[in-house]
Amino acid sequence: MPNAKSPDAVIIDYGVGNLFNVQRALDLLGASSVISGKPEDILSAKKLILPGVGAFEAGMRYLNERGLVSAIRKRAAEGCPVLGICLGMQLLMTHSEEGGSHDGLNLIAGKVRRFQAPNNGQSYKIPQIGWNRLTLASKGGNWRDTLLNGLDEAPCMYFVHSYCVYPESAQAWLAQTEYGQDRFCSVLLQDNIQGCQFHPERSGEMGLRILKNFISKK
Amino acid sequence: MVRIIPRLDIKGPNVVKGIQFDGNRVLGTPDALAEIYYREGADELIFYDTVASLYRRNSLLEYIRKTAAKIFIPMTVAGGIRSVEDIREILRAGADKVAINTAAIENPNLLKEAAQIFGSQCIVASIEFYQTTHGGYEVWTDYGRQPTGIDAFDWARRAVDLGAGEILLTSIRRDGMGNGFDVDFTSKVAKAVPVPVIAGGGAGKKEDFLSVIAQGAADAVSAASVFHYYYATAPGDNRRWMSFDESRLRMGEDIDSGNIDFLKDGYGGYKNIMVNHVGLPELKNYLDECGVPVRGLAYAKR
Repeated sequence: MPNAKSPDAVIIDYGVGNLFNVQRALDLLGASSVISGKPEDILSAKKLILPGVGAFEAGMRYLNERGLVSAIRKRAAEGCPVLGICLGMQLLMTHSEEGGSHDGLNLIAGKVRRFQAPNNGQSYKIPQIGWNRLTLASKGGNWRDTLLNGLDEAPCMYFVHSYCVYPESAQAWLAQTEYGQDRFCSVLLQDNIQGCQFHPERSGEMGLRILKNFISKK
Repeated sequence: MVRIIPRLDIKGPNVVKGIQFDGNRVLGTPDALAEIYYREGADELIFYDTVASLYRRNSLLEYIRKTAAKIFIPMTVAGGIRSVEDIREILRAGADKVAINTAAIENPNLLKEAAQIFGSQCIVASIEFYQTTHGGYEVWTDYGRQPTGIDAFDWARRAVDLGAGEILLTSIRRDGMGNGFDVDFTSKVAKAVPVPVIAGGGAGKKEDFLSVIAQGAADAVSAASVFHYYYATAPGDNRRWMSFDESRLRMGEDIDSGNIDFLKDGYGGYKNIMVNHVGLPELKNYLDECGVPVRGLAYAKR
């Protein structure tokens, strides 16, 4: 459990991706953080951020080898707020089809699937690299008191990915995004578990607002 | 959405801009310009160490660190990147991607190795080319100094096979000239490779952006002069972004580098150069009106 010395957030280091830009964003927002790959830091975290760039299988293997899977699952079960970013969001799911068929952390029921390839006459690129819009995933829903609190309607965020997240429960879809022939879950929320397919730390002031919402929420 | 990417050519402590990769003039400091472009809605930034490939090292780490603490959009670093260790250092300093030209031509395996270690998403193949007299396109290295005999189209496809996640295409002949992008070659490459293509070299007016996007199939567009000189000289509100003094066209510290004379004299006597400076918001509004999907300009206040 957290103690007086616990930082505002633990950024989980699992050997992939650029963790420093997440930390720089938290620094700017005045939040303390440590980058750590130790189970004891995860078990005493006030908040957990699972960032990531890279391959699903390599990410899960690293987490398993360091004993981090059980630590993350335990701390999440205790109600600790968790934010998965990009690959980190995908790792929250039950299962991914990237590079075969691999199990994830299973904090959210659902799958990770690749973008459909362009048909004849379509010209979009995979991976999606660039800015795209978030829209409300459900009619009559809203973003009040969530990660997306205070954002403009249909804000643009920076995405870099070939695979997408599809939570089973419609309630877990906080925002969705369209690319090519697919409409995927770009922000998920289920109890204390949250995820962004885009990079909030690379999405300008709107992205910083999301991190601020995550850090400041009790 | 199509990305608009200001490119900062850097020499020593300064952002510079030249013509056809030559005659660089000082414009400001990298972190100051980067912050202006961030506030004005740039979708990404490219930092290009202009002398690095000649000296075989990239000296931008300090600026990347400084900038990474203040701006939160993707940053690509180019120039003089020669090894996996170089890449690791640059990414740790806060860059999201590296763009590699000279070292990849000398050792194509670098692209492969780097993509395996860091992921294709952060490895950009930078292809700087001249159109040959036979209508072909040839790769040049060492900041536009060295012909290679390598066909730029073939190299683009090979670079993607090796692991490059994006292609940055720069026409050396059009660099700084403001006479428009090489739309034909951009289109040929963009339609042949499965990864995004960033068009560069030749932006002189907003219509040039539209044609390289609409006809050239560019996924992103990089430009320098057209933005730099706008923010250096635009009247009214935009001036407030720069502590700009006509006698000393450099932000931050005092240096007169002859830029104003250069501008007033019709681009140093290059009478055929016509750059209609444009600000990022104006450009994006224009593209939006023309039906090009671009990132909107409203952002949350900090």
